[in-house]
Amino acid sequence: MPVNILMPALSPTMEKGNLAKWTKKEGDKVKPGDVIAEIETDKATMEVEAVDEGILARILVAEGTQDVAVNEVIAVLTQDGEDASAASAPAPAAKPQEPTPEAAAMRADQSAPPAAPAVMATPPSAAPQPTIAADPDVPAGTEMVTMTVREALRDAMAEEMRKDEAVFVMGEEVAEYQGAYKITQGLLQEFGARRVIDTPITEHGFAGIGVGAAFTGLKPIVEFMTFNFAMQAIDQIINSAAKTLYMSGGQMGCPIVFRGPNGAAARVAAQHSQDYSAWYSHIPGLKVVAPYTAADAKGLLKAAIRDPNPVIFLENEILYGQSFEVPKLDDFVLPIGKARIHRPGKDVTIVAWSIGMTYATKAAAELEKLGIDAEVIDLRSLRPLDTETIIASVMKTGRIVTVEEGWQQSGVGAEISARVVERAFDYLDAPPARVSGKDVPMPYAANLEKLALPSVADVIEAVKAVTYK
Amino acid sequence: MAATRTKAAPADVKSASKTSDGPARGQRPAASKSAGRAPSTKSAAAKTPVLTKDQELSAYREMLLIRRFEEKAGQMYGMGLIGGFCHLYIGQEAVVVGMQMASKAGDQVITGYRDHGHMLATGMSANGVMAELTGRRGGYSRGKGGSMHMFSAEKHFFGGHGIVGAQVSLGTGLAFANRYRGNDNVSLTYFGDGAANQGQVYESFNMAALWKLPVIYIIENNRYAMGTAVTRASAQTDFSRRGLSFNIPGEQVDGMDIRETYAAGLRAMEWCRAGKGPYILEMQTYRYRGHSMSDPAKYRSKDEVQKMRTEHDPIEQVRERLLKQWQVSEDELKKIDAGVRDIVAESAEFATNDPEPDPSELWTDILK
Repeated sequence: MPVNILMPALSPTMEKGNLAKWTKKEGDKVKPGDVIAEIETDKATMEVEAVDEGILARILVAEGTQDVAVNEVIAVLTQDGEDASAASAPAPAAKPQEPTPEAAAMRADQSAPPAAPAVMATPPSAAPQPTIAADPDVPAGTEMVTMTVREALRDAMAEEMRKDEAVFVMGEEVAEYQGAYKITQGLLQEFGARRVIDTPITEHGFAGIGVGAAFTGLKPIVEFMTFNFAMQAIDQIINSAAKTLYMSGGQMGCPIVFRGPNGAAARVAAQHSQDYSAWYSHIPGLKVVAPYTAADAKGLLKAAIRDPNPVIFLENEILYGQSFEVPKLDDFVLPIGKARIHRPGKDVTIVAWSIGMTYATKAAAELEKLGIDAEVIDLRSLRPLDTETIIASVMKTGRIVTVEEGWQQSGVGAEISARVVERAFDYLDAPPARVSGKDVPMPYAANLEKLALPSVADVIEAVKAVTYK
Repeated sequence: MAATRTKAAPADVKSASKTSDGPARGQRPAASKSAGRAPSTKSAAAKTPVLTKDQELSAYREMLLIRRFEEKAGQMYGMGLIGGFCHLYIGQEAVVVGMQMASKAGDQVITGYRDHGHMLATGMSANGVMAELTGRRGGYSRGKGGSMHMFSAEKHFFGGHGIVGAQVSLGTGLAFANRYRGNDNVSLTYFGDGAANQGQVYESFNMAALWKLPVIYIIENNRYAMGTAVTRASAQTDFSRRGLSFNIPGEQVDGMDIRETYAAGLRAMEWCRAGKGPYILEMQTYRYRGHSMSDPAKYRSKDEVQKMRTEHDPIEQVRERLLKQWQVSEDELKKIDAGVRDIVAESAEFATNDPEPDPSELWTDILK
């Protein structure tokens, strides 16, 4: 039987990649372990090894091809005497042929889970996002450039490190590996090992070291590979970083940024999928930022690095590869604690942040077709929380739906609902509605994971409920 | 900060300073007195260093100030003027005073919650410390930190930390900052035998050794982690060996003898300032009082405490030498005593009469 060789996934969130190079040509004999091709994403380059013995009968995707979907047939392997044409079925197989070593996305696992695009938890979207309302903090007529959230974060750090010698970045794999998620790509080369520091896998210890350094006036950026691992360090974040200014009567500040991906990625199950928005936004003495767009990621990370207080900067792995328009300004800094009206509307207010914005914006587009004009607020910061913007919107629309991936109990949506009820009760035409992650640990199975996360349909349903449609 | 591994400690680490009149802690092989070095056969190793008369006088005054201050704090706690937790340093004075004598301006100090002695030793004012204990506006944290949370940016005192072991990572971070800035300051990071079992201590040891950070880990082994004796909580009770797997040299030091703590401090600082990385000093000491004011200390006998007080008291040892060796008169010592008592009395007076913080202080210093 001829064997189809499929485009492999390098990580749980990879949806497509580039076929950089074929290292074997048609007609070559291959045996298991032979490198047959090199593929790359914006995060990493990996070699594709043959699993079966045979002849590389046909190459279906030429080298240099961009954006090859995971599981697409890229070549056909035959045994002696077989006809390759029989195997070149266009439909992807159920699972990738080539298991590849994981691309550092999950250090706990030694092999990558096969990723099948049909069951990805989150809809892919690498295209620039349309219809974003103009940011009042960006001057009209500013030239825009398209870049990914990943590039925006990297640029923010690089710009601040150029500007201020006291800024340095530390964390697991941030230097020589170029970042587990490639957010620190190139920083080691530009700033050297003194300022881009690989740490051992000891979150509690290096978070404490960062805080101690910040007490002396240095401005550390502490990267957690994901915020799930920051639970190891949460004592230093809360008891030392957040409280010392108060406990010292204002003498000892802590200008530090803790950043990294927060919340669910894809198919990484309960211990690697938690959303910490509510946890950190509970704490006085912290600022908490959770951007959605690349522009906000850049402008707010620069603000966070300059902020004299400890800032929790919650990123999202699925957003890293998404592209947005970013203002081309020499020094683009946005204010922490200010929400942005992402889409103006009059019938209902949808409040979201980070990945929650993907559900909110898609729902708003669908709702438009149903004749419902939704106003989408991108909170951007969770502490300070821009209550004014929410209240003003609710006074206009009379209805509110909050969207978050975190759990409902004591969640950010619960807090927003309480504030709206306290301050705009008489303006409400319906009880506030919350769309959230389900009240379960994140399951691994693709179908269950999808059920556990909020969806565009959930948001539409909630909006219909509060608008009595 | 290249990830170069620190080499095994060379043999030039000075010897242990544990002397025969140190606190009785059971038999320990001589080789364990100084961990992380080649065994030395030099007999001079055990020789007790000699302080000058001025050093002895200064040490006497500094230790007495801590002793009298703590006695007063205990008294004021009993009167209800000090609230919450209050952990007294009585008995351990020679540790911090000896280390401060060996340090230079710019070196940082950080410790846990038994911190009043460290603050006074770094030169923080008795008034400011006592007023913080009573929760008044003239306190170092304007009344918002209390006994366990005081800081002085001016004196390079970085707290005062209430979470057992947290100061070890933080103190390592202070050393990281010194290394980053390329100055020659050393971080003096104090913690107890109880904190020495915390996980983040070893995470910090690893990074300090890996990056050769100038930090002295001063383990104040007062033999009880709250009410649990060292032998009931620690598989390895020789704390000077706790850094061995990270190639961090360590010494056991008679923490009741100011001459030994000072000399050990000098050795450790020389090591750190030479860029050789961290150093561990296990200070064998003893606290006379309970863990906190609410601890009746029933886990040890009165005899044990009494024996320590009469035979090893750090202040009495200096007093003896001043009188006999240095021919200092009783009158002269009384003058020092009186001066110390005045400072302490004034601090108590200040801390009793200073107003509580203005209610508006509730909302200040949360963010900069």
